[in-house]
Amino acid sequence: MKYLHLVWSTLFRRKTRTIFTIVSVIAAFLLFGLLDSVRGAFANAGHNVAGANRLITMSKQSLVVSLPTSLLMRIQAVPGVKAVTYANWFGGYYQDPKNQLVTETVPNNYFDLFPEFRLSAAELRAFHSTRTGAIAGASLAERFHWKVGDKIPIQATIFPQKGGSNTWTLDLVGIYHVADPNLKGEEGVLFFNWDYFDQAAQFGGGTAGWYIDRVAQPKDADRVAHAIDALSANSDHETKTQSEDAFTAAFVSQFADIGLIVGSIMGAVFFTLILLTGNTMAQAVRERIPELAILKTIGFSNRSVLSLVLAESVLLLAIGGAVGLAISGIAVSAIRAKLGPQIPMLPVGGAAWLRAVALMIAIGLVVGALPARRGMQLRIVDALSGR
Amino acid sequence: MSPLVEIRNLSKVYTRGRQKIEVLHHVDLDIAPGDFLALMGPSGSGKTTLLNLIGGLDSPTEGTLSVGGKRIDRLGQSELARWRASNVGFVFQFYNLLPMLSATKNVELPLLLTKLSAAQRRSHAGVALELVGLADRAAHKPGELSGGQQQRVAIARAIVSDPTLLVCDEPTGDLDRQSAVEVLTLLQRLNREHGKTIVMVTHDPKAAEYASHTLHLDKGTLVEGTVAAEVAS
Repeated sequence: MKYLHLVWSTLFRRKTRTIFTIVSVIAAFLLFGLLDSVRGAFANAGHNVAGANRLITMSKQSLVVSLPTSLLMRIQAVPGVKAVTYANWFGGYYQDPKNQLVTETVPNNYFDLFPEFRLSAAELRAFHSTRTGAIAGASLAERFHWKVGDKIPIQATIFPQKGGSNTWTLDLVGIYHVADPNLKGEEGVLFFNWDYFDQAAQFGGGTAGWYIDRVAQPKDADRVAHAIDALSANSDHETKTQSEDAFTAAFVSQFADIGLIVGSIMGAVFFTLILLTGNTMAQAVRERIPELAILKTIGFSNRSVLSLVLAESVLLLAIGGAVGLAISGIAVSAIRAKLGPQIPMLPVGGAAWLRAVALMIAIGLVVGALPARRGMQLRIVDALSGR
Repeated sequence: MSPLVEIRNLSKVYTRGRQKIEVLHHVDLDIAPGDFLALMGPSGSGKTTLLNLIGGLDSPTEGTLSVGGKRIDRLGQSELARWRASNVGFVFQFYNLLPMLSATKNVELPLLLTKLSAAQRRSHAGVALELVGLADRAAHKPGELSGGQQQRVAIARAIVSDPTLLVCDEPTGDLDRQSAVEVLTLLQRLNREHGKTIVMVTHDPKAAEYASHTLHLDKGTLVEGTVAAEVAS
């Protein structure tokens, strides 16, 4: 700690250059925080789902291939299956194509299998009894200022009505909440009655996008999954049954390899950062050769000089990195508050900070290594005489 | 009295490409404790090289060099650094202060290598600055001080860890006459009142007058034949 003042003063010897470098470090770590948050959300997709006792049965070919509703009773009959429901992807948007929705059509018993979606008995009854009834997650309702009783016109992007209209007017009969903060992202879905969809859609009726099967005992999940898939073996609608978290992860990975994209962007950003800060450190040390020689003259060892330069480099990264990550934390909170689950993002938490600190130290050591070595190896008499 | 600095058969050869340049040639010299020695000679005569060797900034090619009874020619770089920290103070022509630190912080630098607390370091630096007459400029940075004042801060830095030996390389070479007199008077006071042994390289005969002895180097050799005996006595 006693060297902190010396390191700090040296770092800010050329204030303008240091501040510009710190700004670039801030920008890099701000981007790191934002991208890491998105990557984390995608990487964790499925890990946070509540249903350890739920299986998802989908077409073996692809999630976009529907399954016949006739499978419902057959799955229900598989030993170990306690309850079955299904859902269809609907999508659509609200008012403006920018307001894309996660909308699913579901039958009446859907919410029985999702106890984590908290609804009042009256809301559930209204959903059962209202043909055009819809239930929205709290985050979604808050985003569009919906309240129970509102009529919500949804624009279909896949499923027009039989009359050709793309407008599906739904009656909001309930708003569900999710208590677990890790599952808050699930408050971004709009559900409406499958019967309405089945009767009014130009196509797509009579089918289910995927089935949700609740098993009596989670330990039997593998056996039950095999038994369900055996029902459709060698048919034109072979199925693939998997745990809910595996299904969610597979669903998310359909969009893109987010990890690869984020990793590539961050790689490019940090490579540029290494060049930039490396140049700053090299320049800073080159200018200070006589000063480092003086430190060695008055008794600082080679190792002390090496440590001072490395500390300066790590401090440069630490200041910019901490500020950048703090800003990204604020930005992520603001984005999550404004857009809810539309953009999946994890809060910038302890794990992100740990990764960032490791990066700050690693980059600091890398960019400081060559200048520090130069400082360590300088010969006092040469440096003092300007050779 | 045994000499503080004892030099025997000291040679220094630099290699520049294929060329070998002998800067010091079999020098013998004793410097008594409490002496104030001026080293004079033309450019390239080896004054600064000899001073660097005495201060432990460089190692001889041949010969022995003892300071305070310790053979410093045998020390490795780390040992030399430790030895310098506690035994030698350095004053250079261009002050060589760290521009971003205040006078106090510059003076405190050698004390960072000790186990003194921050308060003790500050107190020691204050005493050293008081001694050189700059207590009222403690918070000033080098850029806010005149050349003479900067050199006095450098002297405060050189004495703050209370070394026995001060090596000064052209300490007045960059100063006006008035400032030079102040600095030389200060060095003389440190020598006479505080018992510091001083070895000073200078081109200036007037500066050399402040020393108790003057030696001349020419082409790497001490020109007076009886120098060692004279100085020791």
